Amino acid sequence: MSAKTPSKLEKIMAAGHLGVTSECGPPRGSDPDTIREKAELLRGYVDAVNVTDNQTSVVRTSSLATCIHLKLMGIEPVLQMVTRDRNRIALQSDILGAASFDIFNLLCLSGDHQCFGDNPQGQNVHDLDSMQLVWTARQMRDEGKFLGGSDIKRPPQMFVGAAANPFADPFEIRVPRLAKKIEAGAEFIQTQCIYNLDKFEEWIRQARDRGLTEKTFIMAGVTPFKSAGMAKYMKNRVPGMDVPDEVVKRMADTPKEKQAEEGVNICVETIQRLKELDGVKGFHIMAIEWEEKIPEIVERSGLYPRPEVD
Amino acid sequence: MIVADKKPVEEIIDYVKDHDKILVLGCNECVTVCEAGGKKEVGILASTLRMYFANQGREVVVDERTLERQCDHEYLEEIRDISDQYEAIVSIACGVGIQFTAEKYHSTPVYPGVNTCFLGVTEQRGLWTERCQACGSCILAHTGGICPVSRCAKRILNGPCGGSAKGSCEINKELDCAWQLIIDRLKSINRLDLYEKMFPIKDWSSDRAGGPRQVVREDVQI
Repeated sequence: MSAKTPSKLEKIMAAGHLGVTSECGPPRGSDPDTIREKAELLRGYVDAVNVTDNQTSVVRTSSLATCIHLKLMGIEPVLQMVTRDRNRIALQSDILGAASFDIFNLLCLSGDHQCFGDNPQGQNVHDLDSMQLVWTARQMRDEGKFLGGSDIKRPPQMFVGAAANPFADPFEIRVPRLAKKIEAGAEFIQTQCIYNLDKFEEWIRQARDRGLTEKTFIMAGVTPFKSAGMAKYMKNRVPGMDVPDEVVKRMADTPKEKQAEEGVNICVETIQRLKELDGVKGFHIMAIEWEEKIPEIVERSGLYPRPEVD
Repeated sequence: MIVADKKPVEEIIDYVKDHDKILVLGCNECVTVCEAGGKKEVGILASTLRMYFANQGREVVVDERTLERQCDHEYLEEIRDISDQYEAIVSIACGVGIQFTAEKYHSTPVYPGVNTCFLGVTEQRGLWTERCQACGSCILAHTGGICPVSRCAKRILNGPCGGSAKGSCEINKELDCAWQLIIDRLKSINRLDLYEKMFPIKDWSSDRAGGPRQVVREDVQI
């Protein structure tokens, strides 16, 4: 797979290196310093930073505006876009807006249902679904066309990705669904947080058997637990999450003051095991409101220093 | 059928409290089946209103009538002669019937006595569930006869999303994941191959997005 866009993330993975991304959740307010402080913690340790789009349906500063802050700091953003809040007019418009700031990475998602957020009475849009958004972005980039058929002056140059959850049900269609996303145009995949490594390895094996790992860059998602409470919460309360009992037990059996360290240990061990797995092309490290741990995780996982590409 | 649910009686009382002569108007069709707006419910609502006014020491006439349908001129005309006698009508037909009654009896206030909920089925007595959102462009041939537009909380045409767990939707464990149902169904009709194709971007112009809709059938017009 050779790079087709100016995306640094794409170039790094296309050159055969493991890519590393992390994320920066925009603030519940308009103070740009909180964005800059978070992003600064990540500088140099990751190739690109995902900016979430009103995650869990809670209103925050827009993903696009936050991406622009990162871009102006010289940090490469991955613009996350959900289909929940915008119709095809707004989605195409925001892709152009991002392209006008030379934002080179796009992650297409459907978004958590609004009932989880602070505006459960709101409408959801879902004019397109995430797969159709991937297709739309690729159409805009590769054909230089809007959905309406007109030509785009200076089409977006974006490395287009999608999410995959190997742990959601029904498991039997998780790989066919990945195949569909790739067919729609997903050039990279960031997965749901991985705690059940056996299941993830089975998913990757099936993807490999279908030749999918040669068609897209699969970035394994990991999230360090801050505490045993967080492990239990993720297991029981977060949709689509698969946290095996032994992982929860490992956290719970650790003295409280050592739990954060143990959470990081589990995360590093996960990365080290998955680094060796054929088909994994990178890691998406989601340290939720714990960005200061990223340098340590990246270094201890042997992913530092980050490669330089032209 | 069109499924409706009763409005809180306090809300209905608030609409009609200043009137002295009221007609409670039911419908024999869908709302009778879903036990929200048929003859039985007309009787219950009318009695409740009478009791309310009696407690207030007011002499208010509350009459009852149930039409075959409130969505047809023919049946709505049956109250033409008496409509002038009432200061207000509380219709407990679906939103269609309520509006058609209001259109027909232009100078009489017509209040809704139900909330119109969805197009659905009777799964069991007391449990009605949604099946169709009348998007105007049916895709059931591609989805094993199960509709993701009405049954997926995100109306995802290429599902399931990452929140599908053990057959349930992420928003509520009591709700089936539409895409789990679709996949199960495609398997039982040996058409899982249909799942492999990406469903293209849907034309929503026949949905509510395209504005108020009409079906014009010149072949059956008189």
